[in-house]
Amino acid sequence: MSFPWAKQYTPTTEFGQWMDEKLPVPRLVYNSLGAGYPTPRNLNYMWNFGSLAGIFLVVQIVTGIILAMHYAANANIAFDSVEHIMRDVNSGWMIRYAHANGASFFFIAIYLHIGRGLFYGSYKAPREMIWLLGVVIYLLAMATAFMGYVLPWGQMSFWGAKVITGLFEAIPLVGKPIQELLLGGFAPDNAALNRFFSLHYLLPFVIAGVIIMHIWALHIPGSNNPTGVDVKGPQDTVPFHPYYTAKDGWTLGVALIFFTILMFFLPNALGHADNYIPANPLSTPAHIVPEWYFWPWYAILRAFTVDFLFIPAKLLGVLAMFSAILVWFFLPWLDKSPVRSGMFRPKFKIFFGILVVDVLVLGYCGGAPAAEPFVMISQFASAYYFAHFLIILPLLSRLEKPEPLPNSITESVTGKPLTTAS
Amino acid sequence: MATVETADTAVAEESGVRRRDFINIAAVSFAGAGVVATVFPLVNQMNPSADVLALASVDVDVSAIERGQAIKILWRKQPVFVRNLTEAEISEADAVDAESLRDPQTLAERTAIGKENWLITMGVCTHLGCVPLGAAEGENKGEFDGYFCPCHGSHYDTAGRIRKGPAPRNLDVPEYAFQSDTVVKIG
Repeated sequence: MSFPWAKQYTPTTEFGQWMDEKLPVPRLVYNSLGAGYPTPRNLNYMWNFGSLAGIFLVVQIVTGIILAMHYAANANIAFDSVEHIMRDVNSGWMIRYAHANGASFFFIAIYLHIGRGLFYGSYKAPREMIWLLGVVIYLLAMATAFMGYVLPWGQMSFWGAKVITGLFEAIPLVGKPIQELLLGGFAPDNAALNRFFSLHYLLPFVIAGVIIMHIWALHIPGSNNPTGVDVKGPQDTVPFHPYYTAKDGWTLGVALIFFTILMFFLPNALGHADNYIPANPLSTPAHIVPEWYFWPWYAILRAFTVDFLFIPAKLLGVLAMFSAILVWFFLPWLDKSPVRSGMFRPKFKIFFGILVVDVLVLGYCGGAPAAEPFVMISQFASAYYFAHFLIILPLLSRLEKPEPLPNSITESVTGKPLTTAS
Repeated sequence: MATVETADTAVAEESGVRRRDFINIAAVSFAGAGVVATVFPLVNQMNPSADVLALASVDVDVSAIERGQAIKILWRKQPVFVRNLTEAEISEADAVDAESLRDPQTLAERTAIGKENWLITMGVCTHLGCVPLGAAEGENKGEFDGYFCPCHGSHYDTAGRIRKGPAPRNLDVPEYAFQSDTVVKIG
């Protein structure tokens, strides 16, 4: 698709020939995931998490469709129907634990995938659209995960729904009506539960659709690589299949081992015990936190404790939380450095490391109680987070002197200069 | 890569089987076993769950049913007819040559030993699953004084055997046992 030396699909059977003329699906697969997609030969393991996230999305869809066969989206019986899944349905406990922990694995993969893109400059031209679509996928995944967490209708579900829809109340003038519109009431109840279930079922398929566009956009310039240097000729690439299908398969095997350990031996390690208490609108759990994958953003939300000028602290927190992700949409134009890979940007490398630590600190504070010193730490860490994207990256691209780039991918791999002209 | 391929080819020339063939087969077999082990519970979850199976047997008190009366009870979400046959109905059923029927069975084969007056059958027509008439007072019992299915006109006799119409089998007899003279456990 992307390079002239890509292997051409040739049907080997008569049926394959017939199919190729009528509906060339095998050709599409061959060109996008098969031997017809030339891929840089030097991809490291950080390039394995996109496919892994895709596979965990499939795990979520398959287990989710099954759970929907047994779940009842009604505030009176939702909690009991989840217990019914856990106790009565054949292997229901396993399928539910796979779904609950599969969400965590999806986010682990997606965070590593995003981190890869940030470090190796995969968001830079000509791959801006891939990055933008990726941010859309991430936002959709967050909405889906949040609504899924509401469905068991336990204490954390109920209060999570109340707190998150409460964010919209911070919008001046129209906030309260918007919150009531979202909930279909004044507090989470049957109407909210039903629409959350409907959307929780719908959004994964929307995500799958955006992923198709994400991969489509990827296949136009082809994959980035650890050097960030453009592919210059056939010697710089290997066919996606079998090289990267096998490599991705290996990562999948390792991920499934950890997934199985978590699912069978620590199924509730990432959950909250309070969600095994039925929703009670009269009593808030003492320590209410979202799932771990939302913690950094939750810390930013809580970092704003005082009003600034005429803007109330609540609105500031909400704006900051959404901006923390929306700023990614501007990333390709904030970081103007023509060098893609962080490998050749000595100063960027350091600041990237600080950003990773910063987000981990934010994550820790987001999971901790809303008390000192965590609030103060969150404030500094939030400030740094925005400074990285809005100040440090634009400045770095002007001030930093990058290291010399290798002439080609092959040269960086073999250490020998390219002898034959392509 | 070139060196590896050469080594592989060399081995292949000697024995005809490459190490890579073994690795391929082993890896695919392992993954295949994993897929089967995963798919089984994903399909098996559709089977009746524990709470459904817990309803799989019911105890029925039959002491209030007079000779000639029948009751309808619900078992596994399906109707079961419990009929206390009169002497006339029993002799009417016994008078028929069982071998001449579509589904040859005698009344004795369809009832418990010593309890020949208790005809316990599913209230589900063996044609397409409708509930036949004839259990309640005044309902159409069909041409053979047993049950009549209004959907497609199947007639059952006093032993619940198919005598006329499209149904292929006699009304099914569920598994049951008399716990005492008056209580029967169905299922």
